[in-house]
Parts: sequence; structure tokens; C-alpha cells
Amino acid sequence: MATIVEWIAIVLALAGAVFCAISAFGLIRLPDVYLRSHAATKSAALGVLFVLVGAFVYFWVVDGDVNIKLLLAIVFVFLTSPVAGHLNGRAAYRSGVKLWKGSVRDDFKEVLEKKGATAPKSVQQPEPPRKP
Amino acid sequence: MPRGSDVFLQNISKIVVFIILAFALYLFFTGHGSPGGGFIAGLMSAGALLLLALAYDIETVRKVIPIDFKIVTAVGLLIALCGGTGSLLFGEPFLKHAFGYFQLPLLGETELHTALIFDLGVYLAVVGVTMTILLTIGEDN
Repeated sequence: MATIVEWIAIVLALAGAVFCAISAFGLIRLPDVYLRSHAATKSAALGVLFVLVGAFVYFWVVDGDVNIKLLLAIVFVFLTSPVAGHLNGRAAYRSGVKLWKGSVRDDFKEVLEKKGATAPKSVQQPEPPRKP
Repeated sequence: MPRGSDVFLQNISKIVVFIILAFALYLFFTGHGSPGGGFIAGLMSAGALLLLALAYDIETVRKVIPIDFKIVTAVGLLIALCGGTGSLLFGEPFLKHAFGYFQLPLLGETELHTALIFDLGVYLAVVGVTMTILLTIGEDN
């Protein structure tokens, strides 16, 4: 029993680490702030949740200790990480960070201009590819 | 009071503030046997109030807690002093603490320690000092 649960905890922690690594690759590879925020928010939050659930399961079964702090941390990360991503993206858009050159539509710009606020020039000029 | 599109931040902070305050309370009471104590519980409570001040504004925080935080600091120091001098009444040296086991209605047999009174003083002093610093800097315009 305990061995099976240890393996479940191992798989959960490994999955969380892999998700965090994918999130870091997304931060490097994706071209603009909004796509990077998309990568950083979702998969990093999911990776942290997997690691926390793995630790919770491990301590629950192996040590017999229901750790309320880990449950609270799971709920907390699940609640706050998307809001942090939302605020990042909104602050970036309001301060005029341009969208990726491949973006095709920008509905928020029309809303902002209808309200009289200034929207950033939405699409970035294509930059020449850099030689590695 | 929601203004513009701060609706996500404001609604989530309404929930999260209670989680943070509950965790601060947990840290305050668990400080005797495991990591925690008055200092970080005070810092965490001040962090929850700071989150309210970020999501709404400082006036809202002043309306939620309509007391001067400088007075909170003073009361905290006074409680810590009283917790220290209370031992003099029993002919013990200053800051000598005592503990005992009591039957509480819901919690069963619980160890109560007079160090908790001192910790309450520390908690109030930390909350008061932190919130005074934050609100003073935040209102500078």
C-alpha cells in the first residue's frame, strides 16, 4: 500500500517538475509578453499544484499526517496564479507593449478607443531573425 | 466600489484575504511547538491588509479597520510589558513565564502558556509598525 502511494507521489512530483520545465521553455521560446504570460501562468501553476499534491499524498499516507498547510497552499496557488497572470497581461497592454507580429485580431483595442483611452499600436514590426 | 476592470483582483482578494488571515492566526498559535510566532503572524496580517489596500484603496482599509495603527503599536508594547511584569505579582523575576493544562470546551485538554500574552504584544506591535509604514508611504502625494 505505502509503496504504491510512494510511486503515485513520485509520479505526481515528476509530472509537476516536467510541467514547470515546459513552462520555463515557453518563457524562453515564445515571442511576446502575452504568450509568455500564458506559458508562465498556466503550466507553472499546474506544475506547482502537482508537486504540492504529491507532497500532500506522501505525507498523508507515509507519515499519517494530513497537512492542512499544503491543502491551503494548493487552494491558494490555484486561486491567485491566474489572477496574477491576468494582471500582468493587462498592465503590459495598458502600458503599450506591442502584440506579436503574427497576431490577427485585437478586440480590446476597439473597446479602449471607444472609451477614448489610447491603445498601443497593436502589432509589432517583424524583427530580423537573429543568428544564434 | 468596483472600478473599471479591477473586478478580478478585487473579488479574488476578498477571498484570499481571509485565507491569509486564517493562516496568520494559525502561525500565531502554532509558534510554541513548530515554526511560527507573533512576528511572522503580524507580518502576514499586515500583508493581507496590504493586499486589500492594493485591490481597493487606502481609504477602504481605513474604513475596514477604523483604528489608528500607531495606537495598535502602543497597545502591543503595553501588552508585552504587562505580560512581563505580571510575574512580579507572584514574587517571580521579571519576564518569568508559567504554563498549565486546562480543560477547554471544544479543544479538550490544552496547554496554555503566558508566553502567548507576550506573543500577542509582539503581534500587535508588528502589525502596527508595518501598517503605519505602509500607509504613511502610500499616502505621500
